[in-house]
This record gives sequence, structure tokens and C-alpha cells, in this order.
Amino acid sequence: MNAPVRLRVEHLNKRYGGLVAVKDISLELRAGEIVGLIGPNGSGKSTVMKLVMGIEPSSGGTIALDGDDITRWPSHRVARAGVGIVFQHSRPLHRQTVLENIKLALLPDSLLRLFAGRDVDTRARAIADRVGLSAVLNRRPPTLPFADLRRMEMAKAIARDPKVVLVDEPFAGLTLSEVATFSDLIRGFRDEGRAVLLVDHNVKSVAALVDRVFAMYLGERIAEGTAEEVMRDPTVRRVYLGGEIVASQKRSAAGTAKPPLLEVKDVSVLYGKAQALDNVSIHVGEGEFVSIVGLNGAGKTTLFNAMSGLVPYSGTITFGGQDLSRLTAGGIARAGLVQCPEGRELFGDMSVEENLDLGGQHLTAARRHEQLDWLLEMFPILRERRTQAARTLSGGEQQMLAIARALMMDPKLLILDEPTLGLAPVILEQLGRALERLRETSPITVVLGEQNVTFALPHADRVYVLEHARIAWEGDPQRFASEMGTGYL
Amino acid sequence: MKNLLHSPALYIAIVVTAIAALLPLWLDAYLLGILTVAYYFGVFSMAWDLLFGFAGEVNFGPTFLIGLGAYTAAILDNQFGPPIFVCVLAGAVVAVLGGLLLAVPALRLSGPYFGLVTLVAVLLLQNAIVIFAHWTGGEIGMTVPDVLSIDANENYWYALVFLVVSAVLLFGLSRSAVGLILQASGQDRIEAQALGFNVTKHKIAAFCVSALFSGVAGAMLIFYMGTASVDTVIDISIGVQVIIAAVLGGRRTILGAALGSIFLILATEFLRPLGQLNTFVVSAVALAVILFFPDGLLGYVLRAGERE
Repeated sequence: MNAPVRLRVEHLNKRYGGLVAVKDISLELRAGEIVGLIGPNGSGKSTVMKLVMGIEPSSGGTIALDGDDITRWPSHRVARAGVGIVFQHSRPLHRQTVLENIKLALLPDSLLRLFAGRDVDTRARAIADRVGLSAVLNRRPPTLPFADLRRMEMAKAIARDPKVVLVDEPFAGLTLSEVATFSDLIRGFRDEGRAVLLVDHNVKSVAALVDRVFAMYLGERIAEGTAEEVMRDPTVRRVYLGGEIVASQKRSAAGTAKPPLLEVKDVSVLYGKAQALDNVSIHVGEGEFVSIVGLNGAGKTTLFNAMSGLVPYSGTITFGGQDLSRLTAGGIARAGLVQCPEGRELFGDMSVEENLDLGGQHLTAARRHEQLDWLLEMFPILRERRTQAARTLSGGEQQMLAIARALMMDPKLLILDEPTLGLAPVILEQLGRALERLRETSPITVVLGEQNVTFALPHADRVYVLEHARIAWEGDPQRFASEMGTGYL
Repeated sequence: MKNLLHSPALYIAIVVTAIAALLPLWLDAYLLGILTVAYYFGVFSMAWDLLFGFAGEVNFGPTFLIGLGAYTAAILDNQFGPPIFVCVLAGAVVAVLGGLLLAVPALRLSGPYFGLVTLVAVLLLQNAIVIFAHWTGGEIGMTVPDVLSIDANENYWYALVFLVVSAVLLFGLSRSAVGLILQASGQDRIEAQALGFNVTKHKIAAFCVSALFSGVAGAMLIFYMGTASVDTVIDISIGVQVIIAAVLGGRRTILGAALGSIFLILATEFLRPLGQLNTFVVSAVALAVILFFPDGLLGYVLRAGERE
């Protein structure tokens, strides 16, 4: 590793109001190496990428490219200096052909060069050839398969001839063979002496490719080293798996005997051209607590959104014997299938009580009071915060409010999507106790989606593992540790 | 360039231009007059489409730029009486300067705020004209001593040639490398910047070009009409008409904007016998087109070709 340092980030900080998104991050990127920047949702990895690119201003620290301080430079200047980025979601020019989209990246930043030179055309074709787009040069982006759109983004990055390439979630939404092709392209960057930073949720997906991994959680560096070292790192394991896996012993094999309440059969979902769910079938019995675990991007939220009628799907979902495809999203919620979404979606300027009242709109006044009392019993902290605006609550309190609001709708089945997102371990304990009380004091069926296995297992009667849009495993929590525990990360 | 020759828009434009050039053989002075005005409005709409369709910025105040050009030329002519082309040139310069003054701070804002600033600018200009009535004629408007020509045929030719030249320049610009960068900036600002393009610079340049054409067209319009008044070149409703024409004709087509303007003004004219209902029917048709063909009339034809 004696190659020159291309990008040097030192003591980088980013605050959004009171929230610290990036805290004292320092990292180096050398010519001809691939570094993975990993961390779960909300860990600040994407923010680091945006700060390097100059898309957002940093709150402190320095970023240097080949020794030049580029910290305060506007994005286009950073790009001209030699930093390229491959976005995960981009909006290409829909009315121009693939070739023209690539040519765009080759144009000078000038108002006077009205027409591109002949060399631009030749170079664009050569780049298209390299990424495997030659056959579709004259097609327009909306007609292309997903992988080709990603290829086009790669082509645009190559066209800029960057010294440093940032790649956001390089393999999201790609099939296995496509992953191999893209890995080769990224290795090609390394062989040409470029420095590559791969930003992704987890080590597993980039392990085969990277020379080094830098792991983040809640804005801070938690580990650095080879992929294997980072995967073995106790802090990393705690963040992803939540530490030691303990399954609850008291509810063994209770679920399977219960009458089915929810039946998901062969459900597939496509986002544009990306396969988000592939023939997923699950069933949930009445009163059962089912956990669906999977890393970010595995398809958990998509599955829940399909159940709630928020995304179109193929296959069937029945709830209490009723085909849900005939109901609107509102109708599904009124029928008793209520989702507490990832990211909470609270009404920030309304008070805690107003948020709860909104959840209980369709209940009679007496019923609403009863429900409210029960919930404030379960989440005592919300009683104290009744008149406070929701956005002034801490993350953990907001999560409890979100769950309470969903419960105000008096659901038969409650979907909790990643309730631990961005919460500190102490808060997780409180949240876990609240879920335990919920289990003991009500007959509500719960489907919990989590990437934090330790949080998801203790409560569960049954566990599904969702991996790359498919169900990879099903069984009791006790068996999870022995059968899935090691292969999960 | 090769693509350009295959573009159906080009052939539509050539046919329409040829028909327009032959019209003076058949039409009377009154109808030619209507078309003359329609052609100037066509330039207004095309200039607006460059900003909205390509740079992605909604300018709710096209009449701010038009009005600056028109009133500068009118006041200059009224007070000092230099040759007409000097007045038009001055109008263009002031429109560009005014546009810069507005765009440089406004383009720092994002989302609907840019649009709101441009809307407020029109109201400010309108008020300024009323306040400085001594120079501007206030609410009544002012007469312009010089006119382009008193012959309807000649006026028609001035307008048509101006329209065609503007269309060639604006269309060419929209298809150039700069037009491509502009479209990218309008569609995904962050990505355009990450590709190394100074988005603000390009958008300000687009605003200047839009101001230039708006200003010249505004100035030429008052030298055709012989008067300048708030109601004909500045009022918000004029701006709305320019915008509707551009959307009606087809966003991001430039040429569609010109067709939309001509269509809108001719429709208003032919439906005049309906009396009060006239504006209502025209607006309803415009609404229907926008609802059912969001790409606009020309846009619909062109997209149909692209889908194949």
C-alpha cells in the first residue's frame, strides 16, 4: 500500500440542527484500492458521500483531493477536480438516447461550445462498448432494463475520467450474474489506478470486492479493516445482529396451530425494472408474533407495503379470508391491518395527544378513551409528553408514539417496520419491554420487520429470513442461531 | 445533426412556415393583423419554454421581461425618438439586465419560490409603471410615435421573419450541447453538478437568452401596435396566456410553444361571435388538452414517434 493517497478526509462532521449525522470521521483512499463504506440505514454513510462530493456543506473537518483542500468547493468544481459518483437512483435524460446521455458526461462546462466535437462521439461509443451498452446505443432510457440503466450511470462516471469514484449501493436490484459483471467493471476502476469508495448497507455484498472496509453507525466510525476483520468485529456484530442471540423459551411452537389470519401467496413486486420481491409466501396465525428479519434492501418494507395496499403486486394476499387486492389502502387499514411505517411518519407540529387522536378517528368517543388509557398505561412516557409537539420528542419517544398511534386504530394485525431504526441500545430495551406488554395485554397479531436480529427474536413465535427479495429461511427463533446465525451478516 | 434531419418537428415546422409565408395572398388585413400579434406571442412562449422545458424553472412572470423590453423601447421612442432599431436594442438590453437582476438571487431559491419571486416581479413592474405615470402613461398607457409600418402585409412579414429567426435560434440552442446540459440541470440538478456542470451558470444563461427574446419581441410588438399599455404587455393574464400557449403546444419542444400561441389567439378570434362565452370555451379547451395530453399537442405527436 505505497500508492499515493488520493482522497483524505479528516475529522469530518455534519450536523442537521440538533442531529449529528456524521461525527469526527477520518478516512483515506489510495490510488488503486477499493474501500467499502458500510453502515445500516441512518448511519451517516450516504452523508459522508454527499459531503465529499460537495452536495452538502460540512459542519467541520477537511476533505483533500491529491493534497488540495476541496472542503468548501461547490459540487461541479469537485467533479471537475476528479471526483466521480455513480448514483443509485438517477434521472437520466428520457428523451435522449443512451449515446447522448453518455455524451452529456463528456461535454465541457462551457456556454460557448455549442456543438460537441467529433472525438466526443468516438469516446462515448468506446465507453459504451466497455460497459456493455453497444447494443442499445440508440434506445431511450425508459425502454431499458434496470441493469442497463446502471451500466449507463457507470458509463457516465467513466466518461468523467475521475481519480476517485464513489459508488452508491453498487449491486442493489441486480441479479447474481449482473453482480459479477458490475464487480468486474469496478475492479477495472482499480486496475486503472482509480480510488474507489463503495457505499453499501452491509459487508456481505461488497466483501469479495473490497481491499478495506470502513464501518459506521450513528454517524461514528465503529470498525476498520479487511472485510473479514470487520465481519468478526464485536461492535459490528452488535450493530447488525444486536449482540448475543437469545430466543425466548416460553412460547414454543404456539403459532402453527392457530387459525390463519394473514396469508401472502406468491407475491412479487417490481419497482420499475428492479425486482423488489420475488415470489414471497408467508402466513401469520391469529394472535401470533412473527418476525421477518433481513438486511436493508432485502425487501421487508416492500412486503409490508404490498400488504397495506401501497404498492401494486402480483400474487394474492388474504386477510381474515378477504382478498386484499379488492380493497384500497384506506380500506385495508379499516379492516384491521395497520402498518407502523419505517421512519415513523408522525405529524411533527401536532402534539402527542393530537397524533393519537388522529389514529383513533374512526372509533367512538368511549372506545377512543378506553384505547387511549390502555396505551398511556403501556407507554407511560407519552402521558408525560401529552401536550408536547411530536417533533420535539427523542427518537425513542417518537417511535413509541408511532406505535401507539397505529394501535389507536384498533388493529387486528399490526405491522412494525424496523422500529429500532437509528435508536440507541438503551432505548431498544424500553421498546422491547413495551412490545412484551403489548403481547401480554392484548390479542393483537404482530408482524415485526427488523434487521436487528436480537431485537426481533425474543418476542417472536416464528421467524422468516428475507434475503435478496426472497424468503431464505423459516423456523422458530431457537433454531435461528444454529441454522442462520453465522450466515446472516 | 443527423437526428435533426430525421426529426418530425423539423418537417412540421417547414410546412407550417411555408403555409404562413403564403397566407398574405389570401387573407385580409384584419386577419393578418391577428396573426402578426400571434407571431409575437409565439416568440414569448418559445422564450418561456426554453426556461421551463429545458432549464426546468417555472417563470410565472414572463411579462416582467416582455414589459421591460416593451416599455424601455416605448419610453425611449416617446422621449428622444431615436431610430426604431435603437429602441428595440435598448429594450433587449434592459430586459436582459432586469432578468439578471431577478434571476441571480432568485435561482438560489429552490422549488416554488423561484416562481413566486418572478410573479412578484410582475406586480412590482406593474406598480412602478402606474407610479411613474409621468413617463409611462400610467394605467392609460402611452402612444408610440413611430411604428414599424402602416402596411398590414409589411407588418406581417416583420413578425413572421422575426418568429422564424427566433425559432431557428432557440430550437438550435435547445438541441445544442448547452441545451443538453440545461436539460440535465433541469431534470436532476445534483447529478448535473456531479458531472461537473455549473448548474447556476447555465440556468442564468438560459434566463438571459429567454429575457433577450422576450424583450425584443415585446419591443417589436409595441412598435406594431403603436401603443404600450399594462393591459397588453404586462398584466398577469397576458403572462398566463403565454404559459398556457407553451404548455398547450408541448413542453420541451420550443416549436410547439409557437404553434400553441398561434392556436390560442386564432381560437379566441374565431370564437368571438360567442361573446362572453368565448374566453370560457378557449380556456376549457386548453384545460382539456393539458389534462389529457400533458405533453401538449406537438409533444404528443413527437412522443408517439419516440415510443416506437
